[in-house]
Amino acid sequence: MRTIPTLSVESELKSTRTFSHVMGVIIRDPLSLASTIVILLFILIAIFANQIAPYPAEGTGKTNVDNAMLAPSPGHILGADRLGRDMLSRVIMGARPALIVPFGVVLFAILIGAPLGAIAGYKGGWVDNVIMRTTDLFLAFPSLLLAMAIAFALGRGLQNAAIALIVSWWPWYTRLARGVTLSLKERYFVEAARSIGVRDSVIIIRHILPNIISPILVQATIDLGTVILSMGGLAFLGLGTQPPGADWGLMVSEGRSYILNQWWISSFAGLAIFIVVLAFNLLGDTLRDIFDPRQYK
Amino acid sequence: MRKLEFILRRLVSSIFVLIGVSIITFALSRVVPNNPAVLYIGPRARPEDIARVTKLLGLDQPLPVQYFIYMRDLLHGDLGTSIATKRPVLQEILDRAPASLELLFTGMFLVVVIGIPLGVLSARWQGKPVDLVTRTISIVGVSIPAFFLGLVLQIIFFRNLHWLPLAGQLNTDLRFTNPILPVTNFQILDALLTRNWVALKDTAVHIILPAITLAAYPIGLVARMTRASMLEVLEQDYIRTARAYGTKEFIVTYFYALKNAISPTLTVIGLTFAYALTGTFFVEIIFIWPGLGMFTVSSLLNIDYPAIMGMTLFGATAYVLINSIVDLLQAWVDPRINLV
Amino acid sequence: MTTLLEVKDLFLEFKTSQGILKALNGITFDVNSGEVFGLVGETGCGKSVTGLSILRLLPRSASIRRGEVIFNGVDLLKISRDEIESVRGSKIAMIFQDPSSSLNPVFTIGSQIERVVRQHMSVTRKEAAEQTKEVLSAVGLPDVKRIMDSYPHELSGGMQQRVMIAMALSCKPLLLIADEPTTSLDVTIQAQILKLLRNLQKNFNVSVILITHNLGVIAQTCDHLAVLYGGRVAESGPTETIFDQAQHPYTNGLMNAIPRPGGRGRKMATIPGTVPSNPGALTGCAFAKRCKFAFDRCVVEPPPLYRVDENHHVACFLVENRSK
Repeated sequence: MRTIPTLSVESELKSTRTFSHVMGVIIRDPLSLASTIVILLFILIAIFANQIAPYPAEGTGKTNVDNAMLAPSPGHILGADRLGRDMLSRVIMGARPALIVPFGVVLFAILIGAPLGAIAGYKGGWVDNVIMRTTDLFLAFPSLLLAMAIAFALGRGLQNAAIALIVSWWPWYTRLARGVTLSLKERYFVEAARSIGVRDSVIIIRHILPNIISPILVQATIDLGTVILSMGGLAFLGLGTQPPGADWGLMVSEGRSYILNQWWISSFAGLAIFIVVLAFNLLGDTLRDIFDPRQYK
Repeated sequence: MRKLEFILRRLVSSIFVLIGVSIITFALSRVVPNNPAVLYIGPRARPEDIARVTKLLGLDQPLPVQYFIYMRDLLHGDLGTSIATKRPVLQEILDRAPASLELLFTGMFLVVVIGIPLGVLSARWQGKPVDLVTRTISIVGVSIPAFFLGLVLQIIFFRNLHWLPLAGQLNTDLRFTNPILPVTNFQILDALLTRNWVALKDTAVHIILPAITLAAYPIGLVARMTRASMLEVLEQDYIRTARAYGTKEFIVTYFYALKNAISPTLTVIGLTFAYALTGTFFVEIIFIWPGLGMFTVSSLLNIDYPAIMGMTLFGATAYVLINSIVDLLQAWVDPRINLV
Repeated sequence: MTTLLEVKDLFLEFKTSQGILKALNGITFDVNSGEVFGLVGETGCGKSVTGLSILRLLPRSASIRRGEVIFNGVDLLKISRDEIESVRGSKIAMIFQDPSSSLNPVFTIGSQIERVVRQHMSVTRKEAAEQTKEVLSAVGLPDVKRIMDSYPHELSGGMQQRVMIAMALSCKPLLLIADEPTTSLDVTIQAQILKLLRNLQKNFNVSVILITHNLGVIAQTCDHLAVLYGGRVAESGPTETIFDQAQHPYTNGLMNAIPRPGGRGRKMATIPGTVPSNPGALTGCAFAKRCKFAFDRCVVEPPPLYRVDENHHVACFLVENRSK
């Protein structure tokens, strides 16, 4: 079916994509609804970690050797690790680096990558070339490998791991933004604006960037799952939060040698990562179905 | 002729990318906060030793010169010397590569043999129970961290069911009773080639859990990609034409549709190689598999800069090459891809 | 002249997210052997869907409620899956509107046609290749060898459509259904393809059902035609008769709407109103709302197809008295 191009941005990008419509779809789909609730729940847990955790001090490292290797029991529903620290508290406190930091990573990756991509796509020419070559260079590395190398070079720690992930991730958003910009450039409303003399920078800010937001948001939701996994991976490798801090990936690593008998030390942290990532993936799927990125190809 | 031109251009662009990769890796190796010379000798080095080593490693030269030396060494196959083992990094990598490759190939085999059919079935029977089961498997595979899955599998299959071994490439006793003669250095292959059936069974059994753990994420990804691609293809007019000429439905699905749908799947397989490469870090350490992943993880612990930088370069190079091969495969399968 | 295909009282529905769409509400017409039969109507009248129904190529959301499609004495709607699959391509073949998307992009032309041949006829690969070559030259394609090794995207629109026609004729079917075969082509190519269809009809002795919205095409190519409106046949009969003495108000409206040269300054005639979106939901004649001559009965009962002449049928109460 051939679509007839229209001059009206509003009629093209209208109501199928408003916030209320999206919320409506999510609420009606049980999986998406459950996912959203789970995500919000974990975010709340992360924010109010100090208030919720039964033993907050142990959560961030105070040891309690009397309880070492305690199996799940009343008082310590998820058991205790080899230093006697309450697992439930550790999992709750671990939500911050494992869940909140990835949000920051994705945000910065977008803030760096998207404008670059929009500029590259809009300007074309040598600007486009330079930006794309740089992007290709970063994308020539497997993401986690690059992040690992950067985190390693900068030195261990949560902050460096975050920086490493941002540096690995921004090129994806550049590519996405550039693709969307290229297809938008062809649309009549951009030509119309140029023909009446609107400056390039204004066009980019006022016309292009707003239209890039939805595909980027969809991609970001899907990416959050992956970034959380990567963050967990880096933490597992010892490149993220350092002991005695709490971080889900780190906790899985700490409990690895005891897995056969004191399974609770690794399992709950790993399960937490799994559940959160699953929720983001399910939600991301639904969002992607609503927004159908094929339109932007 | 056009195809040859295409191959050459791809190779040339790959070389440029590799040069860029080397620059980035070089930059990373010079960004390190500690003086590499100090790390090399140890914390109790004397100042004159540090000065000597600094000169030896060429660290007193200006950066461009350092890069030149770096590249020169690289082209001679010198990736530096491991701080931990004091042996050339390249040698360490080559020694351990076969074990990882064995794991990778087995994993990729599982991905192709399980992932693609799952996706096709899911698309063909969209909405039916098969679809639901497949989509569940896919999304779980894509969401579960490898390091967690590995542990879970160990608990289930070793501790509870006693079906599969806990870790390692093979039972260490066999080193004495049925040693495998090194032909290719690939354990399973060698056992097969030398008809060492006991060892063959043992190594095969040992590779199952690690391979599944490694393959879980890519299987999920490939199944989803294949499903989406097949669904799109099955909507197309030319599928309607195939049906209009009386083609049996399974031929429509597995022949006419699949050949069109496979192209994006090939790209994803290239991406999954990237994942599998870094996935070995987690899988190998959990299953104590003596490959590159374990080497990388222990190098991280030992703060062995040359080793890590060497691995990064090696990994990126392998990734670039695999992607080039995948691109070529894609062009070969889909005649519409512009060879110009 | 024997009757090749009889479509009787065909009713078809689609299940959509907005409810049941009654697309066909009693389609009836006959196609004779050795003729080109036109199915004409505006967008949404159900002509394409009728074509697809004959070969049961409808999507899962469609269901045939009632009716028969008798081909060579067999009701195609009642036979098994395997049986209809053996009819498709070998006894009845179909070509579609957009040849560029109807040909599989990753297979060569030659391999696509050969596969069709080998599917329905037990021949060797060499024989299949020979037959493919023959039918490709029969449709007027030059340099057959090169075409056989080409991929669809390497050919022009007109050539692609010729390839589709060749594929359709490769197993020497008795009936060819052509769904808007020229709509997506340039006007000059259109003429060529239509001429080709007429010639092939004679040379291969195949009947053609030509589905189109273009009356000019019908006038040029068809022996008989049926005018569809709202999922029903409004009028059917020989082309000349319909063009000269249309009886149904809709058909008349269509004829008058054809712009004629020399009419400068005169207002162009149109039929007021729009095509109903769910015609099956209406109780009376689908055209009643837009018809100048409508009276009370028209809105209450759908008019049956009255036989006005030997081959001329009209579904309108206005002809009731004259029907035989």
